[in-house]
Amino acid sequence: MRQLRFATVGSVDDGKSTLIGRLLYDSKSIFEDQLEHVEAVSKRRGDDYVDLSLLTDGLRAEREQGITIDVAHRYFATPKRSFVIMDCPGHVQYTRNMVTGTSTADLAIILIDARNGVVEQTRRHSILTSLLGVPHLVVCVNKMDLVGYSEERFNEIRDDFEDFASRLQLRDVTFLPISALKGDNVVERSDDLKWFEGPTLLHHLENVYTASDDNRIDVRFPVQYVIRPRTAEHHDYRGYAGTVAGGVLRVGDEIVVLPSGLSSRITGIDSADGPLDEAVPGSAVTILLAEDLSITRGDMFCRPNNRPRVLQDHDAMLCWLDSDAHLNPAKLYTLKHTTRSTRAKIGDVRYVLDISDLHRKVPEGPLSMNDIARVTVHTAEPLLRDDYEHNRVTGSFILVDDSTGATAAAGMLLPPRE
Amino acid sequence: MRSGITGLQDEAITIIREVAACFERPVILFSGGKDSVVVLHVAARAFAPARLPFAVMHVDTGHNFPEVIDFRDRCLAGLGLNLTVASVQAAIDAGKVADAASRNPLQTVALLDAIAENKFDAVLGGARRDEERARAKERVFSHRDTFGQWDPKHQRPELWNIYNTSHKQGEHFRVFPLSNWTELDIWTFIKEYDIELPSIYFAHKRRVFKRGGMLMADTEFLRPDANEEVYEETVRFRTVGDATCTAAVPSTAAGIDDVLAETAVARITERGATRADDKISEAGMEDRKRHGYF
Repeated sequence: MRQLRFATVGSVDDGKSTLIGRLLYDSKSIFEDQLEHVEAVSKRRGDDYVDLSLLTDGLRAEREQGITIDVAHRYFATPKRSFVIMDCPGHVQYTRNMVTGTSTADLAIILIDARNGVVEQTRRHSILTSLLGVPHLVVCVNKMDLVGYSEERFNEIRDDFEDFASRLQLRDVTFLPISALKGDNVVERSDDLKWFEGPTLLHHLENVYTASDDNRIDVRFPVQYVIRPRTAEHHDYRGYAGTVAGGVLRVGDEIVVLPSGLSSRITGIDSADGPLDEAVPGSAVTILLAEDLSITRGDMFCRPNNRPRVLQDHDAMLCWLDSDAHLNPAKLYTLKHTTRSTRAKIGDVRYVLDISDLHRKVPEGPLSMNDIARVTVHTAEPLLRDDYEHNRVTGSFILVDDSTGATAAAGMLLPPRE
Repeated sequence: MRSGITGLQDEAITIIREVAACFERPVILFSGGKDSVVVLHVAARAFAPARLPFAVMHVDTGHNFPEVIDFRDRCLAGLGLNLTVASVQAAIDAGKVADAASRNPLQTVALLDAIAENKFDAVLGGARRDEERARAKERVFSHRDTFGQWDPKHQRPELWNIYNTSHKQGEHFRVFPLSNWTELDIWTFIKEYDIELPSIYFAHKRRVFKRGGMLMADTEFLRPDANEEVYEETVRFRTVGDATCTAAVPSTAAGIDDVLAETAVARITERGATRADDKISEAGMEDRKRHGYF
């Protein structure tokens, strides 16, 4: 099984930290010295209970203020699978943190308090999960113990959520009734939830199938680095190193190099584990070609009859991340897309998305941190790009503010307007 | 992403190649410790059959286990690589820092000096996010200002697998290709590829004494106090660092399979079990990292 990277979103009130603590504790993934540390700090602060959020709140400022500032990574494994939890805090900078945390997530867990049902925060989290194209969503209806483990209440919340989510692009949604505090249906099944026939949360996480989430159809290989040994032994070796962004490359395949449009044939695929017959998405490999072509970093290999769009004008959803600077429409930014960097300018801001209800608002001022907007982008060089909904690697980019080096914004490419 | 250790190696190679493409003067930190051994092996594979386009540097406290230094030199000779040594002893002799019982924090001075002197702009290390609380918050490409300082509250968000490598003259990056690996992943990789490690990672007899709940080796650099009894014990090291602050654990794991079995059921983190310096305060690592530590 491949590693599962999942994001947990929400605030302490939802029981998120308790849930993470429960997953780690019940799957025996908390080390004794970590637990001792958490117990000691909780006791010193005078807490009534052991605050499991201290396991993820690693920075001094976080522990002092009792808040989570930044996405934290936690690792655990069961005999079946290994996991990375990307814990996204629910405070001021949460849009930015959630966008960051979910950008690489295979799955997101959203918590709903069974007493409150679907609230504005649930909608925000679901909209961001949909926007970032997270392939799998688990909606945990938590605190079932506080509603008498009611099946009726669970069904009511599920219907509410489905009603609202029909407007979103969520591909795979699973609903689970749990109590993180009592441990019901997290790692162990619960006698109080006998009516529920679905899996426990951990069982679901262990078994969710992610191999089909990659785009295995459209061959995309961004050249990252050219390997030329310049030694007597490997005098003629010229390999194109990179990580497969889509499709499956095979020895013998005809390919086209973009942007030049020159074609060639794959004669070999080298990897850390020796030569391969084929390379699947995510593989870091070195491609050898039949012809000696002029190819540099930023070029892309694809199949002759299946090419990315080559464009300089783009429509995109842009999430502004920089806390210190607004979007400056007069300014040139560095845009990084796959292995290509180019200068870029933001044209129109067509609307700002209200992530609590999907309403499109007229922008009131320059884009600032946590704003998500539909914009047009002009790049100095063409991008070899796909729509984000078809490929998260070739459909995403970041903007860098050259004066500060800050990552100013993250963008997802939309289908071009005809 | 591919399964298991293969997927993690793909990710590490992608990161290492990005360093080669985006920086002028990269260096790999190599101590002979298992994580740095893995970084070096993965980096060598990332550019094969070409030579590794990076310098290799050891920040040497002078308080070494001889087995580790012996291994370090043999390992680099095998890969045909030259070593730069940043010496804490030299920094002490030059009056830049005062010697202390533990030289671990002093490494920061020697490291930052060497980075400035050699104009290194990317410094690769084997740190993992599962090791320690502050590390769990750090980016894969982690920016350092002209003083080598880390500002944990002002880190650049890192999205998808697009790494922001923008830096001005005098600034540098710390890069952690093994960020998403766990201790068990490291051992699995070492077994899978039959990678040699310093002998002290495996069970051996050693003269030790107890201090602060930890098992310290009796060496020329760290002597027991009058009331600390020295005895012989079968031990191994889970981490390898400065001899004055790296503790041993009782173990009979003589080979890689025994170590893997032991790691799979370990109930204490490797730093918690063996690093005296992390126990000093709640934010021990965070404070050292802010000032430029690994």
